Amino acid sequence: MDSVLPVKDRGGPSQPLLLARDLRKHFPVAGGLLGRATRVVRAVDDLTLSVEKGETLGVVGESGCGKSTVARLLMRLIRPDRGTMVLDGDPVDEPHGITVNELRRQVQMVFQDSYASLNPRLTTVETLAFAPKAHGLPAAEAKSRSRDLLAKVGLDPNTFADRYPHELSGGQRQRVNIARALALRPRLVILDEAVSALDKSVEAQVLNMLVDLKDELGLTYVFISHDLNVVQYLSDRVLVMYLGKIVEIGAVEAIYSDPQHPYTRALLSARPTMDPRRRTKEAPIQGDPPNPIDPPSGCRFRTRCPFAEDVCARVEPVLADTGAQEVACHMRASGSGHSRAA
Amino acid sequence: MSLATGPSASLGAGLLEVRDLHVTFRTPDRTVHAVNGVSFDVKRGETLGILGESGSGKSVTLRSILKLHPEHRTRWSGSIRLEGDEILDMTGTALADLRGSRVSMIFQEPATAFDPVFTIGHQIAETIKRHTGKSEADAWTRARELLELVRIPSPAQRLKAYPHEMSGGMRQRAMIALALSCNPSLLLADEPTTALDATVQIQVLLLIRELQRELDLGVIFVTHDIGVAVEVSDRIGVMYAGKLVELAGVEQMVDAPRHPYSRGLLASTVHGGMRGRRLEAIPGAPPDLAEAPAACSFAPRCKYVEAQCLSAPPPLAAAAEDHLVRCVGTVNAAG
Repeated sequence: MDSVLPVKDRGGPSQPLLLARDLRKHFPVAGGLLGRATRVVRAVDDLTLSVEKGETLGVVGESGCGKSTVARLLMRLIRPDRGTMVLDGDPVDEPHGITVNELRRQVQMVFQDSYASLNPRLTTVETLAFAPKAHGLPAAEAKSRSRDLLAKVGLDPNTFADRYPHELSGGQRQRVNIARALALRPRLVILDEAVSALDKSVEAQVLNMLVDLKDELGLTYVFISHDLNVVQYLSDRVLVMYLGKIVEIGAVEAIYSDPQHPYTRALLSARPTMDPRRRTKEAPIQGDPPNPIDPPSGCRFRTRCPFAEDVCARVEPVLADTGAQEVACHMRASGSGHSRAA
Repeated sequence: MSLATGPSASLGAGLLEVRDLHVTFRTPDRTVHAVNGVSFDVKRGETLGILGESGSGKSVTLRSILKLHPEHRTRWSGSIRLEGDEILDMTGTALADLRGSRVSMIFQEPATAFDPVFTIGHQIAETIKRHTGKSEADAWTRARELLELVRIPSPAQRLKAYPHEMSGGMRQRAMIALALSCNPSLLLADEPTTALDATVQIQVLLLIRELQRELDLGVIFVTHDIGVAVEVSDRIGVMYAGKLVELAGVEQMVDAPRHPYSRGLLASTVHGGMRGRRLEAIPGAPPDLAEAPAACSFAPRCKYVEAQCLSAPPPLAAAAEDHLVRCVGTVNAAG
């Protein structure tokens, strides 16, 4: 069946696999007189990003920064208010491009809650065969392929094929979820906090498996996590979000060894140490992330930033190339009016 | 076997003495042996971190110190003594007097630990009145001092706030204020920073560390996160399948873990500098606790397993000074 064969590469290795331009998603919040939506959560605001073929793009940020909304937008689980997406040269959901269904075949997703993501009434093989059958693969073939997939994610098909989700451990369920994401032979897999709920010893098993599967199947990952250590381990490039905006993006080595944005620096130094002789003495920033409803004017980080000046409240900083990475901060933009700018 | 002897063997500065604690849950269709013989001490002014994965019995051990599990389904045995008083024998009023006044607890989810229909001030003042008999006005004054103690800005206004009006970090600070309202000598912390954002987590960890020193508290801090345990603990105990498998000072535990499980846990925890290397995952999964263990519970996942590991549960024995390990192999040879 054509529809379940791997999709051939079209634009060559230098064309981004996925391009998103000016993506915006605001959620109205009920409030005010008569419950009319008067305020909006600006979950994702004019975000532009590219995912290169074969890379792992890490996405980090705190709760409410919009990282999960980005994941859902990239898979079109929610419609963006504005913005365009291009998958390997094909515009998505446009007259001369590909349909949303075709996008979803090439882009798959794994969620954090391994139990809620599985249908409790389907055995693992039924779950894995579901989408290929829906795309026209004969039942017998879909089933035998499901058994192969189980083996691929480290679950013996003879033991696990007929089990229901409640008969699996958390780690095993997440392996089934990963197998399901691979069932349609996607090119891009979005992992939204996919290992966050797992115990450390199981997390390591699943991370090793993700690395192996990527090599074997030539996959591209978008890896969303609040765990900076895991993102560092897995990613080639890292994108840092704060209140719906990208504050910094660049190669993993650059971001971790020489962070440019004050928020990235705070996030990295808030990590608990593994060395009892070098415990954290002072919290890098105070307070909680602000509510994404009515975010601060200008730079959204300014209310927690130790270097904030007048210009930060007036003008919104744009992403600018600093060499190794791009950063949205007036201190890194010459002539911005900030006293620390070059 | 220094800890298996009776409670009279080591008094001294002990605030809490747990000896051979077993906790079993029974329902009509199944039995779970959640805790299978745990012994440890906590002194005043000391933080003991208990590290373990889900199902290791770390939270059950902690909650047993306040007997928070339903009486009709739970069987406790062994001994938990707070300043000499046996907690497992307490019921009714004695237990209510203990909870919140001598021992108090902070939880993972501050949003659900507070009652949503009362203000923060009301809930703190109520606790103070119940345990100390202070007047309404005095209780509110004390509540205000407590919010200052946990570094909540503009405390007088915050007293009038409802839990939903506060951010996650502020709610957790308010819960710490509530826990400290009656000057407990022992504070139990059950993953109190797990639900918080990274930049907020470190603030709360530092606060707990500071308050523990200021108030000379004994603290038991349960977590699954090694980094968090290292930030707050003086000693760390590692739990697996309802038992402490290793107990040592934080530096010893990080520098030279002895038990194969502790070593596996440290090796499989991702941190900076591991990029490009394959992670040393522990194969397999923790055992089902439907039956009390008859051998070393880690043996099925252990690469150093020997015949004697399968014949009887290994004892918790001293591998070095103040370093206890429950493993027959590693005590003899550190390889």
